[in-house]
Amino acid sequence: MSIRITVNGKEHDVRATPDTPLLYVLRDELELDGPKFGCGLAQCGACTVIVKGRATRSCVIPVAAVDSPVTTVEGLGTPAHPHPVQRAFIAEQAAQCGYCISGMVVAAAALLEQHHAPTDAQIHQALDGNLCRCGSHLRIARAVKRAAGERA
Amino acid sequence: MRLARRDFLARTGGIVVAFTIPSAALAQPSPTKPAGPSVPETNPVGGTGLPSSVDGWLALDRAGIVTVRFGKVELGTGIATAISQIVADELDVPFASVKVAEADTSDTPDQGYTAGSASLSTGAIPVRQAAAEARLAILDLAATHFGVGADRLETAAGAVTVRGENRRATYAELVDGQALHRTIATATKVKDPDDYRVVGKSIPRVDLPGKVFGSYAYLQNMRIPGMLHGRVIRPSPIGAMLTSVDEASIAGLPGVRIVKRDAFLGVVAPSEWTAIQAMRRLKVTWTGGGLAPVTDLAAAIRSVPMLSEKAVIDTGDVSALGADALSATYIWPYQTHGSIGPSCGIADVRDGKATIWSSTQGIFFLRSAIATLLALPNSAVRLKYVEGSGCYGHNGSDDAAADAALLSQAVGAPVRVQWMRDQEHGWDPKGPAMIVTHSAALDATQQRISAWRSDVWSPSHSTRPQGDVGNLLAGKLIDVPAAKVTFVGGDRDAKVNYQIPNYRVTMHNLRDGFLHSSAMRGLGGTQNTFANESFMDELAAAAKAGPLAFRRAHLANDARALDLLAALAKLGAWQDRPAAASVDRTAVTSRGRGLSFVRYENTEAYVACIADVAVNRKSGQVRVERLAIAHDCGLIVNPNGLRNQIEGNAIQAMSRTLKERVAFNTSGVTSLDWHSYPIVRFSDVPDVNIVLIDRPHEPILGAGEATTTVIAPAIGNAIHDATGIRLREVPFTPDRVAAALRSA
Repeated sequence: MSIRITVNGKEHDVRATPDTPLLYVLRDELELDGPKFGCGLAQCGACTVIVKGRATRSCVIPVAAVDSPVTTVEGLGTPAHPHPVQRAFIAEQAAQCGYCISGMVVAAAALLEQHHAPTDAQIHQALDGNLCRCGSHLRIARAVKRAAGERA
Repeated sequence: MRLARRDFLARTGGIVVAFTIPSAALAQPSPTKPAGPSVPETNPVGGTGLPSSVDGWLALDRAGIVTVRFGKVELGTGIATAISQIVADELDVPFASVKVAEADTSDTPDQGYTAGSASLSTGAIPVRQAAAEARLAILDLAATHFGVGADRLETAAGAVTVRGENRRATYAELVDGQALHRTIATATKVKDPDDYRVVGKSIPRVDLPGKVFGSYAYLQNMRIPGMLHGRVIRPSPIGAMLTSVDEASIAGLPGVRIVKRDAFLGVVAPSEWTAIQAMRRLKVTWTGGGLAPVTDLAAAIRSVPMLSEKAVIDTGDVSALGADALSATYIWPYQTHGSIGPSCGIADVRDGKATIWSSTQGIFFLRSAIATLLALPNSAVRLKYVEGSGCYGHNGSDDAAADAALLSQAVGAPVRVQWMRDQEHGWDPKGPAMIVTHSAALDATQQRISAWRSDVWSPSHSTRPQGDVGNLLAGKLIDVPAAKVTFVGGDRDAKVNYQIPNYRVTMHNLRDGFLHSSAMRGLGGTQNTFANESFMDELAAAAKAGPLAFRRAHLANDARALDLLAALAKLGAWQDRPAAASVDRTAVTSRGRGLSFVRYENTEAYVACIADVAVNRKSGQVRVERLAIAHDCGLIVNPNGLRNQIEGNAIQAMSRTLKERVAFNTSGVTSLDWHSYPIVRFSDVPDVNIVLIDRPHEPILGAGEATTTVIAPAIGNAIHDATGIRLREVPFTPDRVAAALRSA
């Protein structure tokens, strides 16, 4: 069946059963590679997208339950027009393997919409559900601070 | 035959084993007198049959782009950037004009595994030599072009100029798209490190923009025309035989095919979500299998049959060590690699040929294993590397590739398999559980170690597939003969570099134990250094000496080690005194600091660490507040990239030290998600301060994993300093710490 969703400002009619998690629609139907499959359990944050201004785990939300526009990392910025968070991640060299990084960037962008100048504690709290195995945490936290500074 | 799987299950019985001695550490050529590719290199990290001609390593196109065929792959450590820096300097081209091709068995030199922190220390050497030779080849072309002697020519920024004249030609014009077919002479000189312009600079990583914009070409993102999605269903309990599959149970799912072969079971579907649903809904019955019950990990490890014994070092006489010697036993649990992205493999097996896309650390080894699995000749199988989620050793990548290969062969179409989270946690080869016992005594001065005896119990830290199929999970499930056992890595850093007159270290090589295990960051160096450096602190305490002074006294012959310790003491403002000198047992929070040192693999990078911890005496919660790390890996190629590696090692190793242990019962692994196998989070992360010691005229030593080894002992020593309790089993979870404090 066909389900209409809006992703990164564009409407799509996707063929998927209503219970299909949003993640598989984004990746396999819309070929958006930013959101990643990490756990399918909303435990790691690799699949994070923005829905209604909030960081949302796309691996557990059924596509039929998505009633608002979705923003993925691809919708935040491009190399020509990077989001401040993306620019800051590059400036801080805040990644190693980078598999978690799309989720980190999206979660950080959502945080900065709510708190323009987050404290360290707010950054840690906002990103605590996003796991990084390479140990890039210090750089990621610095990048979020830097992005907040640039936006200010 | 069934024996293969029974061996996997760690039962007794007719196992097929062979023993080989792990290859010795490769000799380190100096950067000013490099070895050419004709110098013998040995597997696993060196590779074989390396190209003798420049065009086997490098190509230069008409646009001036230099393509490097590097036999080491980008695992997320920044290696592609680092090798590009080395080539840019040696060839005198701009950094931006150097590209690294993805490794491919069809045209990449076989440089063995990307492992052991050896990608720059050994892997870069033939590439650098090829770049130096390429520059000479271009100079020869220019000499002909300009009609002058090569001695009048200069190279810079991808162009040749005639000294003192305006005449100039670019490399691209001179080479004109031709292959640089020229034998690499071992006598060809490489640059003096003083002339490096790009090496030594913190060049931003070339892979990061794609990773930050969501466009990076991870294996997990690949799509092949006509590709189907596969999922695997594993035996439950572990080692069980498949008895029946109820195909009707998934009748409502469109286009699903079931693939079964002995205990290998998978589903293939047109869409990923359909494949996942089929995997979950398919009714399957299994019989047999299971593991022996374990109540005491140390006893369980010791119960695994020992296959051989070897002295790592045996000098002087340790027989005088008696009951009055200081003795301790250290235990390390099974740990999982914990890749954030579960392993993925894509295979297209049709018409007697196979193409496999994998994030393996060894494309040539995996190719031969998969060729055997598919009953195809090596020449019919092409293995292409595509970066995946960080692996930190032998995670599920090779096995996922084999899964995809079997499924693709069965359905005759390209198949992508990604494991689910519980499969990665449950079935990746585990970092081995190990036991180390130490016994030692001080000399008459009570200030120096007179004798030290160590015993290390470990399975092999490498069960990577190498031609035979028995080390592939899919291979075990289809009952191929067991793979031969090659003992690797349990002895890594089993021996310390301290001067000890009477010293014996015995390696007890165990069969693959309860859980199938293989290479995880640092191999046995992680477990052994935890034991060694904790015990050094126990000995220092017995000597009533400061941990730093006690170590220095045993490193008096190693100026580099002493330099490192001095730099660390300065960075961490270390005030040397006997540990646990003033423990306040009434305070809720006790603070302390601990120190550790290693020369990784006895001959590689020097690393030392100071950990500052706060221990909550009520909850047992340990908070690492700061890590100070001094690091000397010879010539530094990219300082910021190196810092990134050191930070990552430190944080990951802290996670392993405080939180991580694979739980299992008789059915198999039970810690199958991030709640039951927690890892470090942002709120846990300490400050990490690093001092790098650059030695431009010393050989490059590896940096990919050395720091991992010093973290656990530094934290354990700091906990002892704070509380007076000595923790000898990882992880230092709150329940363990609280129990130790109660019984103190």
